[in-house]
Amino acid sequence: NEQKGQKTPATVTVRDALNQAMDEELERDERVFLLGEEVAQYDGAYKVSRGLWKKYGDKRIIDTPISEMGFAGIAVGAAMAGLRPICEFMTFNFSMQAIDQVINSAAKTCYMSAGLQAVPIVFRGPNGASAGVAAQHSQCFAAWYAHCPGLKVVSPWNSEDAKGLLKSSIRDDNPVVFLENELLYGVPFEMSEEAQSKDFTIPIGKAKVERAGSHITLVSHSRYVGHCLDAAAVLAKEGIECEVINLRTIRPMDVESIEASVMKTNHLVTVEGGWPQFGVGAEICARIMEGSAFNYLDSPVTRVTGVDIPMPYAKILEDHSLPQIKDIIFSVKKTLNV
Amino acid sequence: FADFTPQATFDIKKCDLHRLEEGPPLKAELTRDQGLQYYRTMQTVRRMELKADQLYKQKIIRGFCHLYDGQEACAAGIEASINPTDHLITAYRAHGYTYTRGVSIKEILAELTGRKGGVAKGKGGSMHMYAPHFYGGNGIVGAQGQLFESFNMAALWKLPCIFICENNKYGMGTSVERASASIDYYKRGDFIPGIRVDGMDVLCVREATKFAADHCRSGKGPIVMELQTYRYHGHSMSDPGVSYRTREEIQEVRTKSDPISMLKERMLSNNMASVEEFKEIDVDIRKQVEEAAQFATSDPEPPLEDLCNHIFYNNPPLEVRGTNPWSKLKSVS
Repeated sequence: NEQKGQKTPATVTVRDALNQAMDEELERDERVFLLGEEVAQYDGAYKVSRGLWKKYGDKRIIDTPISEMGFAGIAVGAAMAGLRPICEFMTFNFSMQAIDQVINSAAKTCYMSAGLQAVPIVFRGPNGASAGVAAQHSQCFAAWYAHCPGLKVVSPWNSEDAKGLLKSSIRDDNPVVFLENELLYGVPFEMSEEAQSKDFTIPIGKAKVERAGSHITLVSHSRYVGHCLDAAAVLAKEGIECEVINLRTIRPMDVESIEASVMKTNHLVTVEGGWPQFGVGAEICARIMEGSAFNYLDSPVTRVTGVDIPMPYAKILEDHSLPQIKDIIFSVKKTLNV
Repeated sequence: FADFTPQATFDIKKCDLHRLEEGPPLKAELTRDQGLQYYRTMQTVRRMELKADQLYKQKIIRGFCHLYDGQEACAAGIEASINPTDHLITAYRAHGYTYTRGVSIKEILAELTGRKGGVAKGKGGSMHMYAPHFYGGNGIVGAQGQLFESFNMAALWKLPCIFICENNKYGMGTSVERASASIDYYKRGDFIPGIRVDGMDVLCVREATKFAADHCRSGKGPIVMELQTYRYHGHSMSDPGVSYRTREEIQEVRTKSDPISMLKERMLSNNMASVEEFKEIDVDIRKQVEEAAQFATSDPEPPLEDLCNHIFYNNPPLEVRGTNPWSKLKSVS
């Protein structure tokens, strides 16, 4: 898939898809640059920026000291001054060190300046649980960031999502929080010929129906889209057809796609890795209740979420802290009352 | 043992001083008992960390694992000069301090393997171990601004605080030269006095810590202590540690500056102990670490009933939502 003119679908890992997206955007627009810890000479803590420093050099790929508040501030300033930074947080847990810059300096500025000052910045990095990294390194920040007007919050699942959405995020003139997932970096997915092209983008704010179904709607984002598809395959054997929606964007949320699906299936289950209170699933429930699809529901919406605790380290506890495929299957059946 | 020298005096490296007229002494007295104790402490940490390396490669330890081998003189030297009731907190490279602050090898390894016998019942993992007067083990390090905020308040209110920088020359994969405008970390407290110490020499660390502790306890306010040290492993077990430094550099430190070898040679050349004695200690430590590893690999994982406990302290029991609305779990303090 690196050869020009290749027209066949290819298998690409999420890591390589993100790498390609940044490579293409760095080449396309000289104002784009990447900064963060270990992004340059180390090739990226998770190797997502592998090869970019070698290709683009010190001025475009910048290693920072371990100072999130400091370098996020520098990145926001650069965006205000006309550059298009990609600011990497080694994980979004570390973004809490810099959250004032993300919210108060980036998200709110266009509004506060009545449109005079844009902040075209992308904050990206791994979000949510990994494997055995314990409480301080496992939090999902989708709900926290999606709460704030002025931010766009994107959460890709597969390689096409990763590439198309990252390109769109970089081209967007607004601050985008781009939530990746460490466990997905090494996972290969098929990428269509179209997705391999340098102009391939996926619009922010539009969900995708990954699997059509008529009995129940499953809505998810990031890694749990895969879990939903796995659950759907098991349920299909029992005659239950699930429609699986991949949100792709958390904010602005594509509520219309969810509503259209619910009006068809009459049942809804949301699936996320984050905590339940004030979360993505909670927002979906509220929006469905407020809109036209409410009258089509045959049962209350069910939220499948992470357990409402800090992430434990021991494997058995960690496994029971996050939604498993069997939890999704169980919830579908309970919602359908079968 | 009557033939051994009971006490000797050793020359130690002079510390670089910042805003101080005098520094720690240039000589350190060492009794035979102290020497054997420091040796034992450092060798225990060394062997424990190497066992952790092994268990990690066997995938029995998961997640993040930041090893301390090479830096043993820091934890051992500091503990030799502070009281058990003094308060100590550190970042993620915490296993050494967890041991010197009183947690057993067994409880440390069992925490790394995520078992119920671990110091945090398996719920914390490598970076989150605690003990009385030891506040962890912390995973997130805001390395710059917050430090200067702390310096300011400590100096303003004359807080008895030793700010210790274990300078092992690298921040993850980035050398200090590429990350810091000034690498004289002992001077970074600006208005706070500082000392720069040979962190590979346990006697140097001990004397410097005693000096720093006396400074604080006498009401003079905070002090910065930079310990120049080295880690043999990479930043963590997922970092081979050789893409940003050479194997020659690592080997050179091992041969010329290893903290355990340095102490051993000093004691042997002053007839303070015998080669056989050190061997016996090594054998005993090896046995203890093996037993601890046995425990750590055979102890059961924490029970599922413990999943939601300890959200709050001293709180009535509460209900916790599981992964779905029909899953109602219980949390007690």
